[in-house]
Amino acid sequence: MGILTAHKVTKRFGGLTAVHRFDVDIKERSIHSIIGPNGAGKTTFFNCIMGFYRPEEGEILFQGLPLNGRSPDQVTRLGIGRTYQNIRLFANMTVIENVLVGLHPRLRAGVVDAIFRTSRMRKEEAEALEEARRLLRFVGLAGKGDLLARNLPYGDQRRLEVARALASKPTLLLLDEPTAGMNPRETAEMMDFIRRLRDELGITILLIEHQMRVVMGISETVTVMDFGEKIAEGTPAEIQNNPTVIEAYLGRGSASEMLRSGN
Amino acid sequence: MGNVSRFDWRMPLKVGLLGGLIAMLIALVGMVEASQVRPVITSLLSLGQTLLLLVFVFTAATAARRSVGHEGSVGLLGVINAGLAGLVTSAVLVGLVLVGGLINLRAVLIRASPELYDLLTLGLGRGRGSLALLALGVLLGVIVGVVYLLPARPRRAVTVGAGLVPVVAILWSALFAGRGLSLLTAAIIFVAAAGLSYLWSLLQARVGDKDRPLSLAGQRAMQWGRWAVLGAIVVLFPLLGKFPSEVLDNVGLYVLMGLGLNIVVGFAGLLDLGYVAFFALGAYTMGILTSPEIGWLGPRLTFWEALPFAVLMATLWGVILGIPVLGMRGDYLAIVTLGFGEIIRLVVLSDWLKPYIGGSNGITRIPKPVLGPISLATPQTLYYLLLAGCLLAGFIAIRLKDSRLGRAWMAMREDEDVAQAMGIDLVKTKLLAFASGAAFSGLSGAIFASKLTSVYPHSFHVLVSINALCVIIVGGMGSIPGVIAGAFALVGLPELLREFAEYRLWVYGAALVMMMLRRPEGLMPEARRRLELRETETGSST
Repeated sequence: MGILTAHKVTKRFGGLTAVHRFDVDIKERSIHSIIGPNGAGKTTFFNCIMGFYRPEEGEILFQGLPLNGRSPDQVTRLGIGRTYQNIRLFANMTVIENVLVGLHPRLRAGVVDAIFRTSRMRKEEAEALEEARRLLRFVGLAGKGDLLARNLPYGDQRRLEVARALASKPTLLLLDEPTAGMNPRETAEMMDFIRRLRDELGITILLIEHQMRVVMGISETVTVMDFGEKIAEGTPAEIQNNPTVIEAYLGRGSASEMLRSGN
Repeated sequence: MGNVSRFDWRMPLKVGLLGGLIAMLIALVGMVEASQVRPVITSLLSLGQTLLLLVFVFTAATAARRSVGHEGSVGLLGVINAGLAGLVTSAVLVGLVLVGGLINLRAVLIRASPELYDLLTLGLGRGRGSLALLALGVLLGVIVGVVYLLPARPRRAVTVGAGLVPVVAILWSALFAGRGLSLLTAAIIFVAAAGLSYLWSLLQARVGDKDRPLSLAGQRAMQWGRWAVLGAIVVLFPLLGKFPSEVLDNVGLYVLMGLGLNIVVGFAGLLDLGYVAFFALGAYTMGILTSPEIGWLGPRLTFWEALPFAVLMATLWGVILGIPVLGMRGDYLAIVTLGFGEIIRLVVLSDWLKPYIGGSNGITRIPKPVLGPISLATPQTLYYLLLAGCLLAGFIAIRLKDSRLGRAWMAMREDEDVAQAMGIDLVKTKLLAFASGAAFSGLSGAIFASKLTSVYPHSFHVLVSINALCVIIVGGMGSIPGVIAGAFALVGLPELLREFAEYRLWVYGAALVMMMLRRPEGLMPEARRRLELRETETGSST
């Protein structure tokens, strides 16, 4: 059993079944992609993991612990971090403050510490600041810490989102379309960066992605979703040659060209 | 990019017309006439005239500023434009005078009195006066335009000097039974303020000067100097007498409330419109515990003994009222908290609790605070109590803001969902915001009760919540100096300008609209701390 296991997860919104009896097993220290057309239920599944949505049926286990019924902050404390499809930074806070917020669950200081600025709190804050600077260096944002997050260029905002997610020391990182809106060069950089996260930090990566070049280039396992259900799973090569995927997800004809071009 | 500041007659016309309409409006609603009795400079300039003068100055300044080309300098064109704008503004007023001469406007506009026309025509009669007004408009415009010819630093000095004269004059006349400044005093104030401002900006410029940087000791001395002047003003203020202290006490109560509400709304982004509830709880707890009128609750406490209970009570209810609204956001939260505020007022007003807390009769005979041998009965002594309260509250607010909790509040304000996904416990974080906000408000209420020696349900009207909210909006959301600035602007100024009592809401509304349009970030917006690149005393401890 891997680090994260979903078993027959179903999430409905009124009459619409967004995720239907979805099974997935993520191996530790792997890069695992979920692909599928728009509205296939990928982000909904992410939200089920994080605790934003409560699935009606099925269960999700993280390192053997059930996630059902836990709120997002509890899930984060267990060691799952995430980024968002449409970047959601704390826009009016500085870059380094964004990272410091990410460090929140690892810090202890309470109201009394804050008011009296106890030595414990001062030490903790200094360490947090150092850690935040280190994370900014890691993602390549050194020296930009005092800018407001909303003033960063697009690519940097994506990096900051990752740095913020890393701050809580996750063992599993959920990336929701990390290369959306990026040009080929930025995309290649992001791919390298995702590999580094796994290789240097040992983090398991689960990503939703639309760009086939990325999916086929970095994933070890690909899960294909359509109408909330898993229709295929395997290595990138297997997926590329899977007739069900080609027919059901990519349609016939021209779309299969796109699939191969990723190789 | 070339210099595009070509002459365009439409701009000064537009600006001038707008200025003229504003001048006409404040004249016709009666503000000018009402403030006519208050002199600014004895036998030369009344407050009413000053108001009109300010409209002219702003109009001309706007016209001058809009003439700025890409080269940056205003130039002669600015003078021409400013003069034209002044002329147009005058023309609108002359139009009013002429129309008023033909038809009786008073049937509809009750304030269009002969006195007003007299004032507008400088007492020279319709014909000559109109011409004089036009000339005056041009003259004022040209003067403002010429000021804009000056380089930035002296221009600022002149602005500060000119701005300070009416402020001092208003304070002066409030203090000395409506006497104005003499021309000489006004001139001295102008020169002194302008001179000081100029010197200060010279010093300030040297801080960032690469060739001749100010020594670190010098910079520190500047800092200290600024704090010393501010501290001296703050400490010595009550020497001005009873009335200004009274005004400042009211400002202080709102500063306290504003600091608390600023935590809830400004830091945590929870729009609370029922904030008066905690003010009321603080005040009533103080009353119930100290007034000899209340017989059902054991021995009477002194102010100091009751104070912690008042604050605790408000804090407790901050949490209790916070729990049901945990899941609400934005407008829903605002409506529900608005309801809570009213509920508290109706509960204290109710006949049901009348035997215990006095119902509509309220609680009276609340003792004044006594500190050792001194009774803090006068506004002057009470001022120091409030000052201490504000300093404490401000200190706590600053400390909380610069902490892990403060960051969590801010993150919650920016994006609640993401904040939660960052591991922030929303329940705890929100309740802490409500509780600390309520504590400050409870403190304010407790002091309020013993200041008035009585509490009545009608003191806890929903308008108190709205006023506190306006204080932090005008001051700048989330900014602690902003709260103080906002309280002075919205609570202090109207107290000093009693003539405007009738126009209070009018001015309030106009000020808010202006703020939202011109300076949506507030008078003294919150500044972000620099963390990454600051030279930390602790930064090396890796």
